[in-house]
Amino acid sequence: MPVAAEVARTSIARHTVLVRVTHWLTVVAFAALLLTGLEIVVSHPRFYWGETGNVNMHPLFTIPIPSSRETVPTGYRYVMPDQNGWSRYLHFQAAWVLVLTALVYGIWGLWSGHFRRNLVPEPRDRRWRAYWDRTALYLRRRKPGADETTSYNVLQRTAYLAVIFVLFPLVIWTGLAMSPTFTAAFPWTAALLGGRQSARTLHFFITWLLVLFLVVHVAMVAVSGFTRRMRAMITGYTRDSEEGR
Amino acid sequence: MKPITRRRLIYGGTAVAAGVGGLGVAERMAKRYGLIPPDGAGVYGPGETLTYACQRLLTVNKPIREFPRSMISKNPFANAVAPPNDEFKKLHAGGFKDWRLVVDGTVAHPMTFSLADLKSLPLSSQITEVACEEGWSYIAEWIGTPLSGVLREAGVLPQSRYVVYLSIEKGLWESIDVSDARDPHTLLTMGMNDGDLPVGFGGPLRLRLPRQLGYKSLKYVDHITVTDNIKKFGTGQGSVDPDYGYAWYGGI
Repeated sequence: MPVAAEVARTSIARHTVLVRVTHWLTVVAFAALLLTGLEIVVSHPRFYWGETGNVNMHPLFTIPIPSSRETVPTGYRYVMPDQNGWSRYLHFQAAWVLVLTALVYGIWGLWSGHFRRNLVPEPRDRRWRAYWDRTALYLRRRKPGADETTSYNVLQRTAYLAVIFVLFPLVIWTGLAMSPTFTAAFPWTAALLGGRQSARTLHFFITWLLVLFLVVHVAMVAVSGFTRRMRAMITGYTRDSEEGR
Repeated sequence: MKPITRRRLIYGGTAVAAGVGGLGVAERMAKRYGLIPPDGAGVYGPGETLTYACQRLLTVNKPIREFPRSMISKNPFANAVAPPNDEFKKLHAGGFKDWRLVVDGTVAHPMTFSLADLKSLPLSSQITEVACEEGWSYIAEWIGTPLSGVLREAGVLPQSRYVVYLSIEKGLWESIDVSDARDPHTLLTMGMNDGDLPVGFGGPLRLRLPRQLGYKSLKYVDHITVTDNIKKFGTGQGSVDPDYGYAWYGGI
């Protein structure tokens, strides 16, 4: 078929099926976790530092929104409807999807050399100058060059490594440090963070760092050519002729 | 697209077969060792079952997280409770002298305990944290007698799977598996910090489960029923929580 022949000539393999499937599973799980996590916060929009914290104690800070509990003094006369039941069920189910996806991706990434080959910055890029040069190109909203058709640039590599090896492990750890059974088995997981309430506060802030990554990530994809990048992450293929335009 | 070669077909087929076989074995193991929660049938069943099963396996030796006396909260929060019913008000007015705890179900000897009876049993205490699913928490010393001692006196029959505990407030009930019920840290709590357990915190009797969220530590417990069939209670999901959309298991 002529169509197939043309695709074969111009298509270049970009993302493996494992990267694509785990990427989109993470997107779905993260969306569910973010929505339900914010919903759970509504039942107690106060944050503390240390082991304990409740309405009889001074908060570290509060979020100025109404609560879904009458017992929380928010200054509003309005009490939001309680949605914690399904939010908690879905939060933990999505957390399992995320953790199992991360396990598959992490083991495969180490075993296949994906991290070493595709994510660790190349030796020539391990200097501030490389970061600055690539940032400048983004700021000028330049389309990426042909060298980025099948390879991540140094900013992408560093950002992805930070998210994979720092932010996601931290958000999982701080989440587990709020589980009374998990901390019964491993008390140090809460103690090292400064206590249960510190873990909750950190969980909240790390979530916003992940949201910041998401926003910048999508913006960068838009700068680099949204359709082409999305096609690559969905079908696995990109087209070299379009790159650099 | 890459052509499907024989090697890919064999690898893929083996992986799928191993996955399906693994899931089948996992399900049989989970059923055999009681690792599926009573509310594990719905949309959120997979997540609940994974959490319950994994946490059960992590805590086979029954650890709890205890705190030094210096960390006891100066301002514990009792949380809001529904206004007490007339039955409770009458018992409260009489200093709980006529209050009784009923233990029945699949036990050799159904029994009734007064507060004095319970206080004559071996007492133990723990300094543990109450963590609410909403996010807040406090630490207190809890004094009482282990549920396991009461169950031993009643003689739990071998077919028993769950221990149901009901509040004097109608419609509020919970359950735990027999393993958690036999845990020496599962406490029929009558005292808190320096005195009797205050009514706001669940007095005269609260069942304290230090490894689960606050809502599993039911207040005003006056009835314990051991059962071999949790489906017979309420909507069959192990506690009143799933009726309100909440999980039966409160370990996370």
